[in-house]
Order: sequence, then C-alpha cells, then structure tokens
Amino acid sequence: MKARVYVTLKPGVLDPQGKAIRKALTSLGFDGVEGVRQGKLIELELAETDPARARAAVKAMCEKLLANTVIETYAIEIDGQDAQGV
Amino acid sequence: MKAAVIVFPGSNCDRDVQVALARAMRARGGGAPIMVWHKEVDFAPVDLIVLPGGFSYGDYLRCGAMAAHSPVMKEVVRRARRGVPVLGICNGFQILTEAGLLPGALIRNANLKFICKDVYLRVETFQSLFTCAYTAGQTIRIPVAHHDGNYVAAEDQLARMEERGQIAFRYCTAEGVLAPEANPNGSMGNIAGVFNETKTVLGMMPHPERLADAMLGGRDGAALFDGLVEALS
Repeated sequence: MKARVYVTLKPGVLDPQGKAIRKALTSLGFDGVEGVRQGKLIELELAETDPARARAAVKAMCEKLLANTVIETYAIEIDGQDAQGV
Repeated sequence: MKAAVIVFPGSNCDRDVQVALARAMRARGGGAPIMVWHKEVDFAPVDLIVLPGGFSYGDYLRCGAMAAHSPVMKEVVRRARRGVPVLGICNGFQILTEAGLLPGALIRNANLKFICKDVYLRVETFQSLFTCAYTAGQTIRIPVAHHDGNYVAAEDQLARMEERGQIAFRYCTAEGVLAPEANPNGSMGNIAGVFNETKTVLGMMPHPERLADAMLGGRDGAALFDGLVEALS
C-alpha cells in the first residue's frame, strides 16, 4: 500500500525559499502570484493492507521523524484517498 | 573533569572542539575529551557532552533530524534529562532542537545564503555553566558558518524563554547594539543561542572553538570552554 505525506511549514512560519520562488516567478513574467509556500512530498511503500492501520502508522512516523511539528504540519494520503491533515 | 564529543557521519568540527576543550581541561589537570561514534549505545560516564558542528547525515530530511534519532542520542537524551550538561554547536544545536532537548527550531537563513563570517554576540547572562567566564552584556566576536541558523519558536514559547532567562547569546553590532543589520540569518529576537529550562543544555549557532586560540585570530571563544571546565572541575 502506498502512502504520501505532504509536509509544509505552519502558517506564520517564515518561508524564505517560498518568498524567493515567488520573486523568481514574478521576474519571469508570471503575474498575480500572491504567495508561495514550499514543502516536501514523501512517498512510502507500506506492507500494511488496512488503510486505517496504515494511516495510524504513518501519523506516528510523522510525529516522530518525518515532520518537525514545532514548525511544520503534515497531511497524509493513503492509496489515492484524500489527504487528511492534522 | 571528563567530557565526550559525539561524532556523527558528517560531523566536521569534532576535532576542533576537542582541541579547544582539551586545552581548557589540561590547564586544570584533566585529560582530553573522549570521542564517541554515533553507533555507540553507551559510553563512559562524563561531566559534559558536546555535539559538534558539521552536516550530520548530509542534512537529509532536516538539519539534525536523522542524528537526533541515532543510537547514541538515546543515551545523550537520557543523560541530559538527568542533568548532565550538553553543549550543541551549530549542527549540534540543530540536533538538540530535533531531539526535543531545546525549544524552537532552526530554519533556512532568511537571505537563503550559507553564511560564513565573524559575528558579534551579546552575552545575555553569566549565570550558567557555559557563560560564567563572561560578563552579562559583554560583546564577543565568534564566527558563524551555517545555512540553516534562523531561530524560530512560537510567540508564547519565546515569551516564556525570555522570562526564564533562557536566551544565552544574541547577534549584535561590534558596539553591542541589537540591531536588525547585526542579525545574519533572520533569527527571532536576534537569538544566537538558547538554554533549556534548567540551563544545563546550551545550543548555539556560532562556533566558539574556531576563535579559541590567538593563532586563529582571537580568543573570545576560549572563555566558554575555560568557564565550563572551571565550573565542572
């Protein structure tokens, strides 16, 4: 079973890379980009076949390692199901 | 007094800090710090643990994130929770925040650049094991060399830290003024180093071991090691 984890900076945490990307887009002529936030996508291949158990396991992985919950938030997607944030 | 320097794959300031600390320890009749590889699950009892600068595990995932879960860190965290002093410099500071031993986090420098230069720091307190050889308000010159040294913490967390005197060092001008232009990386409150609640753990982005010998151009960093060794001997 496949899982996807989207890790993003919490609202309010400055994202210097996002700001730089926005500036670059504007200088390339893409007008109207009012904000850019950069994050990470982590794909996991799991032996687990039960979606609920898989989600619980991935949540534990996020809390322990995949995200730094001081500054980041995460959303989990299990085998094409909609991403669920925390 | 005994000390240990933890060595991770990618640590690159482990020898420097060992030399700076050994000099202070030998001046008081001690030996040199032992070096402990990240795979060790236990090591000899010591009075001080140092997490050196570098790029542990290639900065994969987040700076310090992998190192914070390495085998040796379980033991470091256990000892830190019992009160054994821990000093984290640069990547060591990042590891301490990732391991939950220090509040806040270190994100990408506001200007997105790797910054390698001498900066001035204002010593916020002399009332700690780490800063006892300085005076409060003293301005010292110490180099920084990092890409992710932008200190952030939640507003309420930061307020509590200020109240408890958990800020160790702040970036300032040569005259000791806390100006925005003296802040190299965008850190909240010009913060360069913080303590845990009991002031037994210090994390700092600048490298005191790099200016701990006159031959290197300055000795402002030596007082940190001298003070530590004196306090712990």
